[in-house]
Amino acid sequence: MSNTLIQDMPLKQGKRQRLDKPELLAPAGSLEKLKFAVHYGADAVYIGGQKYGLRSNADNFSFEEMREGVLFAEKYGAKVFVATNIYAHQEDLDGVADYLRELENAGIAAIIAADPAIVEMAQQVAPKLEVHLSTQQSTMNWQAVQFWKEEGLPRVVLARETTMEEIREIKARVDVEIEVFIHGAMCSSVSGRCVLSNHFTDRDSNRGGCCQSCRWKYDLHADEQSVMEPGHNPFTMGSKDLCMIQHIPDLIEAGVDSFKIEGRMKSIHYVASVVNVYRQAIDAYMADPEGYRLRPEWVEDIGKAANRPLNTGFFYAVPGAEEHIYEEEEKPAPYDFAAIVTDYDEATGFATVQQRSPFRPGMEIEFFGPGGRQSFQTIVEMTDMEGNPLAVARHPLQKVRIKTEKPVEPLDLMRKKL
Amino acid sequence: MLIGESRFGMRQPGDILSGDLKSAVLIAHRLGAKVYVNMNKLFRNDELAALPEYLISITEAGGDAIVFGDPAVLMNARRHAPGVKLFWNAEMTGTNSSAASYWGRRGAARAVVARELNEEEIGDLKSKAEMEIQVQVHGATNIYYSHRNLVQSYLEHLGKEASLVRRGVDRGLFLVEAERPDERFPVYEDDNGTHVMSPDDICLLEALPELVQAGVDSFYIEPLLKSEEYNETVLKSYRAALDLWKRDPGAYKFDNLWLTSIQRLQSSERELGFGFLYKEQVY
Ligand code: SF4
Repeated sequence: MSNTLIQDMPLKQGKRQRLDKPELLAPAGSLEKLKFAVHYGADAVYIGGQKYGLRSNADNFSFEEMREGVLFAEKYGAKVFVATNIYAHQEDLDGVADYLRELENAGIAAIIAADPAIVEMAQQVAPKLEVHLSTQQSTMNWQAVQFWKEEGLPRVVLARETTMEEIREIKARVDVEIEVFIHGAMCSSVSGRCVLSNHFTDRDSNRGGCCQSCRWKYDLHADEQSVMEPGHNPFTMGSKDLCMIQHIPDLIEAGVDSFKIEGRMKSIHYVASVVNVYRQAIDAYMADPEGYRLRPEWVEDIGKAANRPLNTGFFYAVPGAEEHIYEEEEKPAPYDFAAIVTDYDEATGFATVQQRSPFRPGMEIEFFGPGGRQSFQTIVEMTDMEGNPLAVARHPLQKVRIKTEKPVEPLDLMRKKL
Repeated sequence: MLIGESRFGMRQPGDILSGDLKSAVLIAHRLGAKVYVNMNKLFRNDELAALPEYLISITEAGGDAIVFGDPAVLMNARRHAPGVKLFWNAEMTGTNSSAASYWGRRGAARAVVARELNEEEIGDLKSKAEMEIQVQVHGATNIYYSHRNLVQSYLEHLGKEASLVRRGVDRGLFLVEAERPDERFPVYEDDNGTHVMSPDDICLLEALPELVQAGVDSFYIEPLLKSEEYNETVLKSYRAALDLWKRDPGAYKFDNLWLTSIQRLQSSERELGFGFLYKEQVY
């Protein structure tokens, strides 16, 4: 934002400078994913620790991994946030203070919290940790945002129900950082206000136990009978995934400070592809707002990694019939993640890659890297590490060498056309 | 007594508009009852302008408390209804004593706790929160709330008449999950979105002494989706039980008639149960 007024003003103590460029905030479900998210252009990543996050998952970060992640991110000037976004029950409260101190020690920049118990504890015991109010608090009006600002929070993640118009007003009225989700799956309920899983399976959704019961199939009954007729799809509460790639200028002009991508459970391929696309779009707009054009390959590239149907959520209208998933729309993606480039030999033009799904000579593949570098080719020459020709790369994590038509770089990804 | 209107409160069984607040409060006060006004909705920017006037009308009507979930209500109440008590009700997300105390220090006199807590958690919460707590003891519970119009969206998808949408509570719409054909989940849409309700009713009548001893200050009966006769009967049973306890806890004896009179009117499709009171949940 070329807001000269703000830039010329001396920085007052305690007053945050507005971010020049919106932050691109990506999910990282593991250390490896963190590295890819940062390498592909995320300004910040959010991760889950061993406790208090809504994705209970074996891959969640240990403090040791957090430290390593923070060091890696620092090299790129990127930050690491930790989601502590559960609504705690009594039994969860005891360890919170120690946990937050550990996060602070590990160099974590911010926590994302919804429960005031955690918000307040962080402010008391870990003053260097920023506290960002989670979307789980479902904040969608400017006075509520004002409240949290006055409580000392530098950033509010808005509810996914907030419209573009409402975001503009919030930004105009309250001087606090605003983060919004721009891509990924979402609760169809108001965040925090769904306990379907508690009822169906005794798993607490607000502590990470959600089993996505909203996507299950239901029969809608009126007057004691089903409204379904032969050939009808059943009722569901499942929403299409959010995708705002077509509306980057709107989001930037509304003053959104942080663009958040959902998906801590998603693959490296997904995170790298989606981050790569949004990075390019944001950079292109900031470099030349007037000349900005949406590039069709951005939309295409998102489609190569994401197979769920997409929509724009509440930004422009209340989601209707078209925005929910009543029939199987999960088209298999036209591409599949095949390998990670670990080395490239300029002299021979051979890349060393680590296998992530089987491939063989004759297959059409694509290499891509940060900044939208992309090359398409057919696999012609492929050898093992000793140089013996290979008919197929069958084993996970197996290293093989492929002759590339264009130079590639370590951490570039290779996907295969299906 | 909890009253209000859907412009401000979530899932009111009927609207008592701001013009009628005064007479409603008068009637209740004359009978020795308190009136709490429900403002626990999550508000949007364009709904904020109505808050000050409504808060003033609650003050003028002599309302005994204002129930809030959205901090915007708290901010406005400090200015426009400074003399009226505040109760915090964030539905599913009122789960621990520190959060309750947090709102307590910001003006809330009472916390309404989540219906998904068990008895031990309720007792623990109460002992640490240093404020009044309210627990729902009877009726249906909301288990899913969305700002989407899910019934309308689905019917549109089917190409059905919009008239089938039937906005409002108790219009005979149910969801049945494919694997659980015996459970019927009431669902309805109103101006605030889509609400899915539990397929069974909680009934903590037999647990009342335990809850009283755990320090619960207020027992809430949810009247939604029930007939007047049913609600009256439920009220009478709980009233009788609490009065008997109050008179002499030592001589308290559960009267099965309290329960059977409710059971007699209970829909055969909705089981009465203890909700989450004795459950352990995982995550
Ligand atoms: S069931 Fe659906 S709406 Fe409910 S918490 Fe899980 S994802 Fe969200």
